[in-house]
Amino acid sequence: MLKRMLASALFAGLAAGVVASVLHFTLLVPVIIEAEEYESGALVHFSSAPDATTAITDKQGAQERPDTSLWHRDTNQLHRGIMTFGMELVAYTGFALVLVALYALAGRFGHRITIREGILWGFAGFLAYNVAPAAGLPAETPGIPAADLAARQMWWLGTVLATGIGLALLAFGRNLILPAIGIVLIAIPHLIGAPHPQEYAGVAPPTLEGLFAGRSIAVAAVTWTLLGLLTAYFWVRAQRA
Amino acid sequence: MNTTVQTQTQATTDLASIAIVGLIGLAFIFITGIAQASVLHDSAHDVRHAIGFACH
Repeated sequence: MLKRMLASALFAGLAAGVVASVLHFTLLVPVIIEAEEYESGALVHFSSAPDATTAITDKQGAQERPDTSLWHRDTNQLHRGIMTFGMELVAYTGFALVLVALYALAGRFGHRITIREGILWGFAGFLAYNVAPAAGLPAETPGIPAADLAARQMWWLGTVLATGIGLALLAFGRNLILPAIGIVLIAIPHLIGAPHPQEYAGVAPPTLEGLFAGRSIAVAAVTWTLLGLLTAYFWVRAQRA
Repeated sequence: MNTTVQTQTQATTDLASIAIVGLIGLAFIFITGIAQASVLHDSAHDVRHAIGFACH
């Protein structure tokens, strides 16, 4: 069964990763590249643009290191594109593996996954993975000063987990208490609040940032529902075999 | 339609397999989204921004 699980996730993850790559390369990467031109100073939007490399202090007083990665100066677009494509496949295969593991776990509780249900599971993944975190930390282009990275990663991870578990309790709780706990779990990260810098700054036009955050969510809605459908399709087939 | 047949052929997956598959998946997600080793960060840079991971 291990082999079948791995194979199902691999097929679904690679296929969804290819579709995600097409959407990312056409809708999101061009916005990243444009934002980097503002970051590097090649384009200027604000007349008195704040220096993007100035370290800023977040609410907790932690210093945000300016991004000194050479990446933004990498002009080898082909190399960059190939690495991005490879990482898309790894990321979506990772999501697919987790989904298939959850399908199998549901199977142990006597819950049989159908392809239609897979779409719902994928949509739940979209809510947990993109919508809930976006309420506090929307997707950003490079060059936006933000709060301490570890604090943001912690909040992000906590939000994904709390929302995922909360949605599962809402979907499968057979009494009133479990769904109620689920709603509380979903709300907690937003009551705590995401770590934000003390003041807003950035060199790219706000409309560009808005476009990026909105597109990121729209693309995720497509890729996650597709991933749910494909993982369920291959998982159902694998079990019949 | 053929639900009965399917249910009979469905073997319950053992917990060890579920754990292995889940952990490999989480490791893949960690590599693309969270690990800060600079080679990983640089390779996954655009994916992290596009998917909405906290990148840098």
